Amino acid sequence: MSEVSRPAAPGAQASRAQRRNALHPGAWWLWSLGLATAASRTTNPLLLGLLIAVTGYVIATHRMQSPWSRSYTAFVKLALAVLAIRLVFAVFLGSPIPGTHTLVTLPELPLPDWAQGIRIGGRVTAEGLVFALYDGLKLATLLICVGAANALANPARLLKSLPGALYEAGVAVVVALTFAPNLIADVQRLRAARRLRGRPDKGIRGLLQVGLPVLEGALERSVALAAAMDARGYGRSAEVAPAVRRTTAVLTLGGLVGVCAGTYGLLTAEGGTYGLPVLLAGLGAALAGLRLGGRRSLRTRYRPDVWGVRAWLVAASGAGVAALLILYAAYDSAALHPGVVPLTSPTLPLWPAAAILLGLAPSFIAPREPS
Amino acid sequence: MIRFEDVSVTYDGATEPTVRGLELTVPEGELVLLVGPSGVGKSTILGAVSGLVPHFTGGTLRGRVTVAGRDTRTHKPRELADVVGTVGQDPLAHFVTDTVEDELAYGMESLGLAPDVMRRRVEETLDLLGLADLRDRPIATLSGGQQQRVAIGSVLTPHPRVLVLDEPTSALDPAAAEEVLAVLQRLVHDLGTTVLMAEHRLERVIQYADQVALLPAPGAPLVLGPPSEVMAVSPVYPPVVALGRFAGWSPLPLTVRDARRRAGALRERLEGMKGVAYEDESAGLTPAAPAPRPAPPRSRLFRKRDTPTAPAGTAVAAVDHLTVRRGRIEALHDVTLTVAPGETIALMGRNGAGKSTLLSALVGLVEPASGSVRVGGAVPHRTAPPELVRRVGLVPQEPRDLLYADTVAAECTAADRDADAEPGTCRALVSELLPGIADDTHPRDLSEGQRLTLALALVLTARPPLLLLDEPTRGLDYAAKSRLVTVLRDLATTGHAIILATHDVELAAELAHRVVILADGEPVADGPTVEVVMASPSFAPQVAKILAPQKWLTVSQVRAAVGATEREPEGRETTADREAKA
Repeated sequence: MSEVSRPAAPGAQASRAQRRNALHPGAWWLWSLGLATAASRTTNPLLLGLLIAVTGYVIATHRMQSPWSRSYTAFVKLALAVLAIRLVFAVFLGSPIPGTHTLVTLPELPLPDWAQGIRIGGRVTAEGLVFALYDGLKLATLLICVGAANALANPARLLKSLPGALYEAGVAVVVALTFAPNLIADVQRLRAARRLRGRPDKGIRGLLQVGLPVLEGALERSVALAAAMDARGYGRSAEVAPAVRRTTAVLTLGGLVGVCAGTYGLLTAEGGTYGLPVLLAGLGAALAGLRLGGRRSLRTRYRPDVWGVRAWLVAASGAGVAALLILYAAYDSAALHPGVVPLTSPTLPLWPAAAILLGLAPSFIAPREPS
Repeated sequence: MIRFEDVSVTYDGATEPTVRGLELTVPEGELVLLVGPSGVGKSTILGAVSGLVPHFTGGTLRGRVTVAGRDTRTHKPRELADVVGTVGQDPLAHFVTDTVEDELAYGMESLGLAPDVMRRRVEETLDLLGLADLRDRPIATLSGGQQQRVAIGSVLTPHPRVLVLDEPTSALDPAAAEEVLAVLQRLVHDLGTTVLMAEHRLERVIQYADQVALLPAPGAPLVLGPPSEVMAVSPVYPPVVALGRFAGWSPLPLTVRDARRRAGALRERLEGMKGVAYEDESAGLTPAAPAPRPAPPRSRLFRKRDTPTAPAGTAVAAVDHLTVRRGRIEALHDVTLTVAPGETIALMGRNGAGKSTLLSALVGLVEPASGSVRVGGAVPHRTAPPELVRRVGLVPQEPRDLLYADTVAAECTAADRDADAEPGTCRALVSELLPGIADDTHPRDLSEGQRLTLALALVLTARPPLLLLDEPTRGLDYAAKSRLVTVLRDLATTGHAIILATHDVELAAELAHRVVILADGEPVADGPTVEVVMASPSFAPQVAKILAPQKWLTVSQVRAAVGATEREPEGRETTADREAKA
């Protein structure tokens, strides 16, 4: 039907999203983490703005009509809040940046000697504010990238890609994650119900009074869900030989100790020689332990997402943006971090901007949701 | 297939066992219906089959329960998952994943079935339950009937030999309920699945049962037998059985079709009395008693908008070309409705048709996108809550939402304060509507029906002239329902206007003077109950279907009419004879 009315241009247009060709959620996460890494390498507001625009464009073309895809807007709001808080702090608590352009001078709170280094009120300089703005914008961009991943990839689908041994813990996490939205819905419903009793449905007191019934309801629902999951076979496990069980425990524990020791070795000055091999050995042992542990689990997977060419391309576009910005940072750090003292207007460095535009690739590669 | 041998269940902290000395055998491939009033332990019995009682709920189970030869004592629920599928009352509490296809596969994944088997069974189940178009949809966006079908589908895919259902249709509209029941019947007939089901709305399910297991009272022994025999002695029965018992038909008819075939004589006898029933109905439309609290003079402005069905002058509520949007969807579109004092209106329509939204608009929980709502002269969403409760009261679908305190007495004190009423007003109402409830009872310990009545009393404390009830009979047994009917009738005769949003056609037939049917947010029918429900097979009560084309809606109407003639000097036969001659 839709093929007839809207013929897709071969190659140019992304195909229609279905379960069959759904992009692996891991690819979306790698893409957005790539963009986030890129964001962490720069404070140039123009580049950060470009990164936000790229995620926004991809969301606009690929977001699905599902409840979890609303998280992008939520994350954007959170990012704005973070930015605002960062600026408010810079105004009231001062800024370590020395500046000459005083905008206003707030009355300064006299503090005792032992509170040296802390300042409340005082001079607000343009330099300090601009620095705070750049810094806040970087944090905001990171948050928006995470929000994009949340909106594009269903967290429950990502769960399917976990190794069998971790699956049950993963389900617990996902169920816990759905607890929060349900709780919010309950609070809204019960606050509305207060109106029916003739009490004001707004204000903090209303919120406190519904607290107990809301928690009660959420707990009851969790118990009901746990019962349903139990009755549907959650947690069934296969019999495994005691030898296998013991080997699993040894491998997992030994692996974790190895990872810890290896990381310590890498971070301390004198451990440079043994750090890396121990870390790798530990990692290998832990992975083997997980794999062996998976034998206890009977679970099979229904239509797991396939990591195909599209997934490679999407993940590569994110990783590419990150790699190019890291490389460019080594080559010309100044362009990525526009000066604050003295104040200069930031310029858009051409090559990093082009690299960031690489992040738009998924909007052509990934299959689209039919509108 | 399912065997209970001398089973008693005592929950922790309870002094009496909930179920005592139960003996029950359900043979393979049968659909057994578990009936009885609230609180006799139906859910406990269902839970014992899947092993959730006592493994999950706690308590002590004496005796032995075996399912397909497996003892639930030694098998945990998860180890019974491949033979027993359980669907509860609330499908939302059942879902683990968030899309239809994943949900259908979840149980099979847990059991470790091979991927190709899973794929085949998911496709089969999608077809069997008519869910193929919804396969990629997030479950949260489905309607109640669709969700219930997904819940049933999700336990069907592992091919369980036993299906346990606790009130599978209580939250569904009549059409969706038939959809679900048709699926069950298909399973029993085609796949030989054994089904054990509890349901309060017997009129929907009794015809599908092979056997009925009746628990007449708490602690009483279980009666198992063919439906028509058990229904003859059961304290709970659907209207078709009530009519059959009244007319003395034997064996009792269980379906409308059977009853129609026997109803010839009764129809003849009722022939001349049609008018009587009608006059009774229309008399109810113009109640003599005034509203308990005179409506503010401002509402006189709305007199000109009154429809002919509201002759009493001042309307309690007027909804004028109301449109409400929820997100991008128009939940209500161009709804116009006037409510007269003393009038009872039943709001019907499928799940998601906008019934609850209309009620929410009347109490100001949602803002109109266009059009206007006036309740007692005030605009609900701009009126302060303490003002509003004196004009309109709503008992929500989940009455528990209205209860915050931990004792009945505390609830009552709070209600008096909220409504600015004399201390003791609410408690007096509670004692009147719900005799024998102690002050220190926790609202959570009340039964479904008691909780509803308590919420009703809280709302009535402010004496609102307009009372709204959202799905009031969900989870109520026939006794609780008839108590509710009596209470609401009394309220209507004292001048309260009542709007019920309900799927329960029998309740609408008992109570409503007027029925409004909503579809997709628009009113598609609005008129006197008799005319609206008689015109639609899915909204017609059983008695109407049996006695059509005569216009009778409930057994009590028939009983009253026949009773009236019997009080005349001629006997029953002579009346019938005379009418036959005429």
